[in-house]
Amino acid sequence: MAENKDLDIKVEYITRVEGHGDIVVNVKNGKVEKCEMHVVESPRLFEGMLRGRSVFEAQHITSRICGICSCGHSLASIEAAEDALGVTPSAQTIKLRKLLLDYEFLDSHILHVYLLAAPDILGVPSFVPLIKTHNAVVRRALRMKKACNDVCDILVGRHVHPISAIAGGFTKLPTPKAIDDQISMLEAMGEDMAETLKLAATLKFPDFHRETEYVALVSDDGEYPLLTGDIGSTDGKRFKKKDYRKATNEFVDPRSSAKFTKLSRESYFVGALARFNLNYDKLHPEAKKVAVALGFKPVCHNPYLNTVAQVIEIVHCYHHALGILRDLKKNGVDYSQEIVVGVNEKGAIPVRAGNGVGAVEVPRGILFHNYETDAKGIIKQANCIIPTNQNINNIEYDMTKLLPEIITKSKAEITLALEMLVRAYDPCISCSAHYLNVTFTD
Amino acid sequence: MTNVPITATKPKVAFFDFACCEGCQLQVANLGEALLDILGAIDVVEFREVMSEKWDKDYDVVIIEGSITDHHAEERIKKIRARSKVLIAYGACACIGGVNGMKNSFELDEIRQYVYGKDFKLFDSVKTRPIHQVVKVDYFVNGCPIYPPELVEVIKCALRGLPYTVPDNPVCVECKLNENVCMYDKGVSCLGPWTKGGCNSWCTSNGNICYGCRGEVKNPAKNAAAEVIGKYKLNADLIKNKFDMYNKCKEGDINGGK
Repeated sequence: MAENKDLDIKVEYITRVEGHGDIVVNVKNGKVEKCEMHVVESPRLFEGMLRGRSVFEAQHITSRICGICSCGHSLASIEAAEDALGVTPSAQTIKLRKLLLDYEFLDSHILHVYLLAAPDILGVPSFVPLIKTHNAVVRRALRMKKACNDVCDILVGRHVHPISAIAGGFTKLPTPKAIDDQISMLEAMGEDMAETLKLAATLKFPDFHRETEYVALVSDDGEYPLLTGDIGSTDGKRFKKKDYRKATNEFVDPRSSAKFTKLSRESYFVGALARFNLNYDKLHPEAKKVAVALGFKPVCHNPYLNTVAQVIEIVHCYHHALGILRDLKKNGVDYSQEIVVGVNEKGAIPVRAGNGVGAVEVPRGILFHNYETDAKGIIKQANCIIPTNQNINNIEYDMTKLLPEIITKSKAEITLALEMLVRAYDPCISCSAHYLNVTFTD
Repeated sequence: MTNVPITATKPKVAFFDFACCEGCQLQVANLGEALLDILGAIDVVEFREVMSEKWDKDYDVVIIEGSITDHHAEERIKKIRARSKVLIAYGACACIGGVNGMKNSFELDEIRQYVYGKDFKLFDSVKTRPIHQVVKVDYFVNGCPIYPPELVEVIKCALRGLPYTVPDNPVCVECKLNENVCMYDKGVSCLGPWTKGGCNSWCTSNGNICYGCRGEVKNPAKNAAAEVIGKYKLNADLIKNKFDMYNKCKEGDINGGK
């Protein structure tokens, strides 16, 4: 039956992902003719709109590319702006940015694991029916989500579109009480964390494997690299952040007018599973313990297990954040570093013409921002390469390998398996909606 | 204003998003367990980001995020409006165009070509418009992102058929109550004097300037503004340029909506 099977699947607006995307599958006489993921989000033209704006406004604007990734976009934007300006952030600033990134990971991964991915595994269309059947689980998810949001509010004013984290440093530094509050709120999450791990141990994922290249930040120090380091891959590639174009190699494929990325092979994977595969040794000991307990080892080639890698990172970021907070409590905060910048109309930060790159791990993978500025700090060219954009090529290769393996199943089962695969990547299509950015004209 | 009839069944509510960052719907998720109280009073029938369920009948209340930036979106919002008793626009993108409006500062084909290259025509794009420039809006919840307590308040009003008055005092009023040092006194310019409050001076209380995300107050104190600009020797173009970050679509209101 499989040899001559015809199949047409068009999933319009994949649900439970951020942004709008379609899956299009076409099988004729058992042969896969089309297996694609389309981005159908309305273009918002961010790179175009940045031209003419001050580089000091870039964080505020690019944060609005995506609500869920707004802290990640802010940090990549800030790094690109500071690189262009020649500003070196202080050790304290870097510490606070790492804390912010931990919060971003916690918040985003919890949302994905509980509200977006778990319903598939529990066999329901959304978390709404779970309110009746798994009320305690839903309450825990919302409670944890809110706690992550609240600590972030204390640190940077707001989780969705952070306020005080800007190029140059922080406009408001946490008071001793604010540090204590964050510690006690995280500590209060301890029991829910333990319950989350119990839940994670019960989740079952499809058995599917495809070898691919994994790309993430790597470093020579002992820290699990999320903010600092170089770009590295499981095929042994390594580049400085500045050379991000050598790592991404954007190309146009006749299948689609979208731009794809590749490095050593036909496609590569970015995200929690890539970080886990590349940097397992550097995970917090508590996170490693959980990985061992779940029997989860690098290198793992099952994309569905990206969700498990996210669970491991939830544990890592939780303990890493507490470590930073306890260090701040012990050693104090230097409040003289608090800055007033606005759009730098008073020249608080010296400005020069430059070309700066930011490369930061965000929940869905490595994110690149690149700005070219003139002598007044006005943006002339802008480019952003988004994790989901880098993953779409890999998702399509996965779907193409998966489809023949499940072709004898019903159309509904095949559709669900494909949707679950796409969701496992936790794609953020709001972010990638402008992923056809042009290269610089130089 | 259309009243939502109080019936034995819970009101059918749907969330839809257009061109936006989806940050406002995240603010809804960030309500935490309080969200379950709201969910207890209503029947959420569609919410794509978190639900796979679809609904094919009329809606009592629809909550719309994002701006209208292509033809498909225009048709879609018109269809949604036709099936809805009450429409709430929430977030800067839906209420005033927000950052999407910066696109309108450029020649449309030029900016499309800059981002999408020679194949730019494959990606439909029209001038950015807030929702009220395309269909009738019953309630506005301003902000980028929205201030969650305000959304809860507006949903309550919408369910009871009561009017909601959008705060129309400048951000400075709340900023003063929060005892912040004025950004102008710190040597940087701020859009607080011209911008609608209701956000509890969220940004200035955290040491940043106001970027104007809630839109211009209806009756700005022009003389006082001129005095501020004069006193601090500010460049009026700088202020205008800043204002365009969120408020560029206001030109559409002045020109009759289109």
